[in-house]
Amino acid sequence: MRIFRDTGHLFRLALVFAMGTACFLGVRSFLVPHSFGEYGHYRGSAISEIASHPLHFAGQQSCETCHSDVVEKKNAGKHAQVNCEACHGPLEKHVEDPASFDPGKPDTAVLCARCHAASAARPKGFPQVDIASHSGGVACETCHQPHNPAVSAGGTK
Amino acid sequence: MNITRRHLLILLPAAALAWESVLAGTPEDAPNYQMTEHWWSMLIDIPKCIGCGNCVRACQAENDVPDGYFRTWVERYRVTDWNLTNPEVISPDGGKEGFPVAAEDQGKYFFVPKLCNQCADSPCTQVCPVGATFISPDGVVLVDQKYCLGCAYCVQACPYGCRYIHPQKKVADKCTLCYHRITKGLTTACCEACPTGARQLADLKNPKDPIHEFLKSHNVQVLKPEMATGAKVFYNDLDGSVR
Repeated sequence: MRIFRDTGHLFRLALVFAMGTACFLGVRSFLVPHSFGEYGHYRGSAISEIASHPLHFAGQQSCETCHSDVVEKKNAGKHAQVNCEACHGPLEKHVEDPASFDPGKPDTAVLCARCHAASAARPKGFPQVDIASHSGGVACETCHQPHNPAVSAGGTK
Repeated sequence: MNITRRHLLILLPAAALAWESVLAGTPEDAPNYQMTEHWWSMLIDIPKCIGCGNCVRACQAENDVPDGYFRTWVERYRVTDWNLTNPEVISPDGGKEGFPVAAEDQGKYFFVPKLCNQCADSPCTQVCPVGATFISPDGVVLVDQKYCLGCAYCVQACPYGCRYIHPQKKVADKCTLCYHRITKGLTTACCEACPTGARQLADLKNPKDPIHEFLKSHNVQVLKPEMATGAKVFYNDLDGSVR
């Protein structure tokens, strides 16, 4: 006894369905990036792309490799916790090729005032001076060398 | 060369395998860094911040942040005893060049550095319609700028105002917690440049990280805890008026 008549319809329907599914999967594999879903609902390779961005700050370790004498002097004074690049700026270029990229000396008139210009907004214990009345226009490094700022450690003059 | 049907049947699976390896690309360059071994966060020690703006300048230099946009910025609060819940907040150019001198006896002053809070349950990643922003397995909220449409849903969703649309690239941009640095064993540019140690990168999955002892022994808070974003930027001694 035949339950179904004209089963050719069903086969054709199944064939169309299978072709549609195959077509969908084909287009999907072409459009969705290969690493999508590797870790979650995003492109997994985006993580390594972001991790490969170029450096600008070299990091304290790089400075200490060559300039251990300056670091030693700095660590003996009040600026022991201040990293080199906090004042000298980003120097990865200098680390890559010390000869071609000379960082130069920062301007102490701008640099020292950024942290030490007196303001009621700064924490009370932090050393700060009224720039105009404190030095009377004399450059900071005359009395304080930035690497070890105590007056007893001596300035440039 | 005469390829028989038998040869073809043997060659096809081999060709498929070769094609798979071509699609997979080269393995990562930093094999020593294991994403699953880290869960990054940051600690901000409010009493140590002097408002010098070093972090803002360092971030702009490290990440090529366009002028007038900020991945991190510093706010100065002035809270008066007659209006405790409505502080006066200023952040001229994100605090990049410091702040105007404050006079004595005008109230309580303090600085609050802000950045992406690297939320564990972030609203910004939930609203992205295309999966262009996500939290990485090591706990950093990142933007896939090749995939981002620039629809700015995430910019609206962030309760902390930490995202912007990049004026040239026209895609979402934000703090990456210097992902390109921390995966190489360096600290972030803002922490590198902070002269007082007010900002510290911390790894919550590292049992030896001093953050664990610090969190146990200090009054530490996150911003907008009522929003349950799972923020991972911790503020020590944060005033109640900070929003």
